[in-house]
Amino acid sequence: MKKRYSKFQGMKINPSRFHPSQIPFYSFLLPFSLLMLLPIIFIFNHAFKPIGELFAFPPRFFVRQPTFDNFVELARITSSSGVPFSRYIVNSLLVTIIGVTFSILITSLSAYGLSKLKFKGKKLLFEINTLALMFVPIAVQIPRYLIIARMGLIDTYLGHILPVVILPVAMFLLKQFIDQTPNELIESAKIDGASEMEIFFKIIFPIILPAIATVGILSFQVLWNDTSTSILYIDDESKRTLAFFMMSLTSLQGNTVAGQGMAAAASLIMFIPNLVLFIFLQSRVMNTMAHSGIK
Amino acid sequence: MIKRMNGPAWFIVPYWSLFLIFIILPVIAAIYLSFTYFNAIQTPRFVGINNYIELITTDTVFMQYVLSNTLRFALIVGPFGYIMAFLLAWMLAQVPAVPRTILAIILYSPSLTMGVAMAAMWRIIFSGDANGYLNAILLSNNLILEPLQFLQSPEYLMTIMIVVSLWSSMGVGFLAMLAGVLNIDQTLYEAAYVDGLKNRTQEILYITLPSMKPQLLFGAVMAVVSTFQAGMIGVQLAGSNPTPQYAGQLIVNHIEDFGFIRYMMGYAAAVSVVLLIIVYAISKVTFKVLGDKS
Repeated sequence: MKKRYSKFQGMKINPSRFHPSQIPFYSFLLPFSLLMLLPIIFIFNHAFKPIGELFAFPPRFFVRQPTFDNFVELARITSSSGVPFSRYIVNSLLVTIIGVTFSILITSLSAYGLSKLKFKGKKLLFEINTLALMFVPIAVQIPRYLIIARMGLIDTYLGHILPVVILPVAMFLLKQFIDQTPNELIESAKIDGASEMEIFFKIIFPIILPAIATVGILSFQVLWNDTSTSILYIDDESKRTLAFFMMSLTSLQGNTVAGQGMAAAASLIMFIPNLVLFIFLQSRVMNTMAHSGIK
Repeated sequence: MIKRMNGPAWFIVPYWSLFLIFIILPVIAAIYLSFTYFNAIQTPRFVGINNYIELITTDTVFMQYVLSNTLRFALIVGPFGYIMAFLLAWMLAQVPAVPRTILAIILYSPSLTMGVAMAAMWRIIFSGDANGYLNAILLSNNLILEPLQFLQSPEYLMTIMIVVSLWSSMGVGFLAMLAGVLNIDQTLYEAAYVDGLKNRTQEILYITLPSMKPQLLFGAVMAVVSTFQAGMIGVQLAGSNPTPQYAGQLIVNHIEDFGFIRYMMGYAAAVSVVLLIIVYAISKVTFKVLGDKS
């Protein structure tokens, strides 16, 4: 019995320090992660290559003399219709910041309602939302376009925001997370005469911050990376977003060697904010994911 | 004002009205339009199930390429990505927190790009001239005599799409499974080993998998949805819709081709409905399979 137990100690999940029994796992995880990382290392190197190295034959993986040329070039060029690069950045920031804030607000309100309030049909709503986890937005592009056109949202910033801020996954995660918060807190606040909305903002919101961060990341990814709203709902070039500009840039110039450097720089500009945000918030995201299960 | 906001409507209406407008309504509209002829200019004309009949009987591109491509793509990327996500999550759970966090960020980061942003990079790597990175490597090692048109030739395009999609498939589902493995009660393992559990395989089968079933289901739904949502990758890589000889044509591209390029929106809506049904059916089957195992 004792022997078996000591064997188990070596196999612990979530160990606190290194143990030789972990070597097999490292020997797979390290090379595999490096392989996964390779394309990202490549894009970092490529974005900083001077024109000479972009043309070099045979092509080299690592940059030798890094420069910011590609980024400078990128900032200098404007789209064919004369919209400057900075305009796309402003549009993207505007859409993303407003969109993420709005998404967090409406998603968390609904999640609190479905988790803690009592009313008819809330079970059904949650089931519909769980069903909508399987929803593939790309499948209904056409009816969505017609609806947006009817609502007069073509060529408005709302056209970028409204269609993509409803994220059933975010609502699902948030509701599961709020389910874990103790009811006693809410009850005692009610005795003190607080309204549901006050309870939500003053008591619940601070507790569910990890899940809020997760919702924020998910909606950031959708809003920041989205090109479809610019393609489908926006005809006015000056209202399109950075993601769209980067995409049109890479499909126009991605095949010429000179354009490659710019394309890599553009990809990097799109990618970095995603990465930085996730690195900062990853512990909160993991905390939320613990409650992600479908029961 | 906040002091008087007590009713559930304050909480429910904002999210659910947008949900109605942008999720439920489009699905209903797609079903309705699928029974009509609609060219986006005239009002839709009811044609019964003609679109579906046409889809099955006369749309040779759909039957020959699109459907089989989609199933091939989905059946490889979905299950492989899913099993990979579980195994990686399980392995990550066996190492201490700091290396685990770093490795998890590395594995998750490709999914942050949602495929599209990185299409430019893949096009550089797989570029069809001698300056393309993969071509240069193969040429310098004398594995090929002249550069291959990776993204323009039907033989390679689908394989590249699958590789790229698998690369970026460690997303939210992967994180959920990682959290799932980490949150399994330690005492379950201890008790099981006392009861005579012999090795790691048994441990995974009898403790790990059953204990994290909710996360497994969540991960499965995410895997199915992101697989079908990733459909634009072929067009992004090849730079054209339709893709060369329809080699990378997936249902999603077919919808776009008919809806926004040919303006046959009723027909495209029928294809959308088929796609929604496929996703739903696959999710349900996955649920059944995972549910039966415990």
